[in-house]
Amino acid sequence: MAAPVVARNTWEHFAHGADIGVRGVGPTKADAFVQAALALTGVITSPAAVRPITAIQIACDAPSDDVLLADWLNALIYEMATRRMLFGAFIVSIDGSHLTATAWGEPVDPVRHEPAVEIKGATYTALAVAPLDDDHWLAQCVVDV
Amino acid sequence: MDLSSLTRASDTEWRIEPHGRMRVPGILYGTEALVRDMDEKVYQQVVNVATLPGIVRASYAMPDAHWGYGFPIGGVAAFDADHGGVVSAGGVGFDISCGVRLLSTGLHVEDIEPVKKRLADELSRSVPAGVGSVGRLHLDDPEMDAMLAGGARWAVDRGYGTAADLDRIEEHGCMHGARPEIVSGHAKRRQCDEMGTLGSGNHYLEVQRVAKIVDAACAAAFHLHEGDAVVSIHCGSRGLGHQIGTEFLKEMALAAPGYGLDLPDKELASAPIESPLGQNYLGAMRAAINCALANRQIITELVRRAFARILPRAALALLYDVSHNTCKVELHEVDGRQRRLFVHRKGATRAFGPGHPDLPEAFAAVGQPVLIGGTMGTASYVLVGTGQSLGRSWGSSCHGAGRSMSRHQALKQWNGRQVINELAARGILIRSPSTRGVAEEAPGAYKDVTAVVDAADRAGLSRTVARLEPLACIKG
Repeated sequence: MAAPVVARNTWEHFAHGADIGVRGVGPTKADAFVQAALALTGVITSPAAVRPITAIQIACDAPSDDVLLADWLNALIYEMATRRMLFGAFIVSIDGSHLTATAWGEPVDPVRHEPAVEIKGATYTALAVAPLDDDHWLAQCVVDV
Repeated sequence: MDLSSLTRASDTEWRIEPHGRMRVPGILYGTEALVRDMDEKVYQQVVNVATLPGIVRASYAMPDAHWGYGFPIGGVAAFDADHGGVVSAGGVGFDISCGVRLLSTGLHVEDIEPVKKRLADELSRSVPAGVGSVGRLHLDDPEMDAMLAGGARWAVDRGYGTAADLDRIEEHGCMHGARPEIVSGHAKRRQCDEMGTLGSGNHYLEVQRVAKIVDAACAAAFHLHEGDAVVSIHCGSRGLGHQIGTEFLKEMALAAPGYGLDLPDKELASAPIESPLGQNYLGAMRAAINCALANRQIITELVRRAFARILPRAALALLYDVSHNTCKVELHEVDGRQRRLFVHRKGATRAFGPGHPDLPEAFAAVGQPVLIGGTMGTASYVLVGTGQSLGRSWGSSCHGAGRSMSRHQALKQWNGRQVINELAARGILIRSPSTRGVAEEAPGAYKDVTAVVDAADRAGLSRTVARLEPLACIKG
């Protein structure tokens, strides 16, 4: 009998020549999107250092899962840039081509967050949303910094 | 890169013969060592660009080419609207009109050294940099549109610099054909508090010394002398350009099948030049070019004021301002005939030679300055455009060192504080709000800029004039 699959929520960065890749893995597509968002914040600072003080709502639509991921990350990049905030906690719901989400965060504190770099945009390079072999989902792309 | 997949045309020119869906050859410029070190993805991206409709002559890669988005960074390609040519949001990239300008100061390095620390601190206080920073200006809607239409000319009209600066900027400081009304509310919202900000990542403001003159006659024409103190500013169109890139990348990628474009890479997002989408992108992209020109102009004035507080004798004059990520309409001779081409330069510098009609009078006899940014620990270069580069690369050259190591790897290898201390021991002061950012930008994470510049020189893309070395660097 096969060992039971242990649900895992993880994020990581992967190398790109000039910039950086963000990758999330989770038991559902929405969980993978949450992890990809944590990886996005991780490009700038440790997500654990971001206090969940203020919540904002995000919604986006796209014709495919991969474009939906880019839209989701780009929506967060827009909110970070215009609100001058960082986000460290997320709830994502995906219904077909429609994503709704809540992101919690706080204003950028240069001393405490020591933000490394601002993100210009989520790109279509290495863009993928796909089921993995072990009942998990992958969500990834390269972000331009 | 596997050299066996290339045909060597000369010491510094390598061809990818047309195959598959390629409409033109690929041409890479670089020494054997540089080309061998290029990622295989550069090969694939040069090939992919060569498949786009309406491409003319070749898909080019400059000596600093590296893995980019659709186009390689260091990619150059020209398209003819009369032959179904496309304009590509991916080919311009997210940081539209990111570029470099160089200022003389009228000072010698000996004038800087006694006050270097105070000067670095003053510059760091004066020019907002880093994540979350805001400028001192807030643009309302009418001012935003005026800025997007006017570029550096708008900034000068509002007291940031002088009219003399404008002649020392590509397009004389104002990109014509900008359409502010096409720029989205999101893009404008992202920019309204970011005018006069440096950004982060590889953007910088650097006080440098002219360490070596290579071409004395040309250096004299540029008023550069060994030991002079100069200032380099490297940044782009900030949030506005990033948002325009993001929005049109999606729109073009989704619209491509409807235009009959079978893109080998979604990131090559393109639209026919004459299509409504192509025209809208050109209008928005030109507005972003103006935003970048205005931004660098404002920063220039902030730098002048900071210098005046520490070194009242300083007289900062703009030598030139070049942009790296653009699509511009240019007249080029192809097979004996003048053609109007849409030249994409992604991480490449325009490098027009002597006599080119687009150059200001000051550079008509020598060619335009080509400003190559280095790292905070190595060197930058001033080159000059050559006559041959028009035929070799649509009048284009390299733009910088290019990374040899990802940010991810750099962070594992260096500690920011250690980098700052090591550079301080060499007399180079770093001011940055982020030690992690400094680690990611460690000089060792970049290729040898001197090798890149030498290759561009040997390939005839531009000619080396002077080497600049850092004294103090403000990073985001």
